[in-house]
Amino acid sequence: MSALTDRLDACRAEGRAALVGYLPVGYPEVETSIAAMRVLVEAGCDIVEVGPPYSDPVLDGPVIQHAAARALEGGVTVDDAFVAVRAVAEAGAVPVVMSYANLMLQRGWTRFAADLKAAGGAGVITPDLTPDAAPEWVAAAREVGVDTIFLVAPSTTRERMQLTCDASTGFVYATPLMGVTGERTSVGDAAQRVVAGARDAGAERVCIGVGVSTGEQAAEIAGFADGVIVGTAFVRALGDEGDLERLRAKVAELAAGVRSAR
Amino acid sequence: MTDSLQEAPGPYFGEFGGRFVPEALMAALDELTDAYDKARIDPEFTGELERLAREYTGRPSIVTEVPRFAAHCGGARVLLKREDLNHTGSHKINNVLGQALLTKRLGKSRVIAETGAGQHGVATATAAALMGLDCVIYMGEEDTERQSLNVARMRLLGAEVIPVATGTRTLRDAINEAFRDWVANVETTNYVFGTAAGPHPFPAMVRDFQRVISVEARAQMLELGGLPDAVLACVGGGSNAIGSFDAFLDDEGVRLIGCEAAGDGVETGRHAATLTGGRPGILHGSMSYILQDEDGQTQPSHSISAGLDYPGVGPEHTWLSSIGRAEYWPVTDAEAMEAFRLLTRTEGILPAIESAHALAGAIRLGRELGPEATLLVTLSGRGDKDVEQAARWFAMLPEGDE
Repeated sequence: MSALTDRLDACRAEGRAALVGYLPVGYPEVETSIAAMRVLVEAGCDIVEVGPPYSDPVLDGPVIQHAAARALEGGVTVDDAFVAVRAVAEAGAVPVVMSYANLMLQRGWTRFAADLKAAGGAGVITPDLTPDAAPEWVAAAREVGVDTIFLVAPSTTRERMQLTCDASTGFVYATPLMGVTGERTSVGDAAQRVVAGARDAGAERVCIGVGVSTGEQAAEIAGFADGVIVGTAFVRALGDEGDLERLRAKVAELAAGVRSAR
Repeated sequence: MTDSLQEAPGPYFGEFGGRFVPEALMAALDELTDAYDKARIDPEFTGELERLAREYTGRPSIVTEVPRFAAHCGGARVLLKREDLNHTGSHKINNVLGQALLTKRLGKSRVIAETGAGQHGVATATAAALMGLDCVIYMGEEDTERQSLNVARMRLLGAEVIPVATGTRTLRDAINEAFRDWVANVETTNYVFGTAAGPHPFPAMVRDFQRVISVEARAQMLELGGLPDAVLACVGGGSNAIGSFDAFLDDEGVRLIGCEAAGDGVETGRHAATLTGGRPGILHGSMSYILQDEDGQTQPSHSISAGLDYPGVGPEHTWLSSIGRAEYWPVTDAEAMEAFRLLTRTEGILPAIESAHALAGAIRLGRELGPEATLLVTLSGRGDKDVEQAARWFAMLPEGDE
């Protein structure tokens, strides 16, 4: 059990799914991005994914690519991500980090896990690192008690679903549609299938990411998943000018969505 | 045979290689690995590939001795392996025909590829035209500008060319965009990767398809009197170099030298000499050397040659460097262009600027070893695509054209 599973179970006890919000640190600049993460918490996110920007984000669509590039131009560092993690924890949500593998490798798997733990972070989502590719990371995370959250996709085979769900702690991150991050008009059927696959493999908590942008979609997904992950829609609402009130309104819409299902 | 370094199967070469990709691509990479493992021992597949090499590409490529150029290489004997004479003008076709045949075996109808200088894009568009596949090529916007002729060639061949305007607008960003396309369209699409990098099975598979260069060259050298003292090839991702080295790996007396693009000079920070100036990291699906900052952000690379302008390098090269079997030399833009000029003026052979880096390595090594040495240089491509750029470098364009 962990801070993540406790929070997801508490949401379930309230009869709703959790709202998980993603923002890249440093967009539009570091201070505003951290203020924006506090807004996520205030407006109803249960869990916040802090994204240290990476120069080659192969699993991100144009909106998050743009935000990451802008943040890197502004000089954001991986250290800033841990500052953001601490701010999220202090604001009362459960912080996790979503990081591409090379940023973790360069810091050192062990040091990355230890620094996250020290900042009050609960786990790491690894978009380009599967459990079979990174036994060192899994060992380092277990050592300090940081959750390892891996992704599953519609193309995931039954064998890999088992492997991935076995290695995931906290929750399993299900991507219902093939493709990079970004908004989609419909997410329903494929999402149900991939969640069912993960549950068959023994996953107790499954959150859905990639493509959710409206309260209506959030409500639909909250009907069968433990958490709804929203990134692009929040990054878009924040925008280059760092509009915290537009962001707050968007978060409130999604927060109402996860509460209106069931 | 157990001690042979040839045809290393992957996924790891020493501690380098592996498969660091989104889960969404794992099934496709497993499927590709499986299909390739079966195809490489299937006489129907290997027979068709050999037929295409012979009747379409024009293999075997010849070896040309270049005495007038060699006079500038300390008098050493210099021979060129002429991949520039292949159909489409470079070694890239060797790999592309193999991967396009595999695409058909997988039952897929669409291929995507990245390209830097445009050579791999042209080769892929060519194979797609030949085999009736839909084809989309991702190319950095900066590269579409400096290689506009190749963009037109790809479009004439029926491919859709998508300029990539993100990041550094070069090869690395084209690869990112091709990976994004693959994640979204993996059911219908095969990614025809152009170099011996990326996630397993690409480094080993691309090496196998390019291995024909060294298999032919080794036999040709033996016929001409004996193995060379050194084999030289240019290295960006490293596909022509690994193909040029593989059959010589167990010949201890043959030095293997990869020539990396040092741009303005490694000391200036404006270069693409990954093994000289980089350190271990993960980029584009494998563990290798990369140019990166302290946090692990990939650093922009710089080279006059679009095909070598890449901040990573194939994992097998990193391994060969780490065990001391191959050497990797930095070659600046200026050295490469001087070699380009020399070969053109002394032999009437216009090399690709990429290949000119290997020629510059030969000039340096020949001067070091002297007339007793025999050097084999892979001329990976021809320079027709580089005429405008070279003319600008040497200030040969009519006035007012700049």
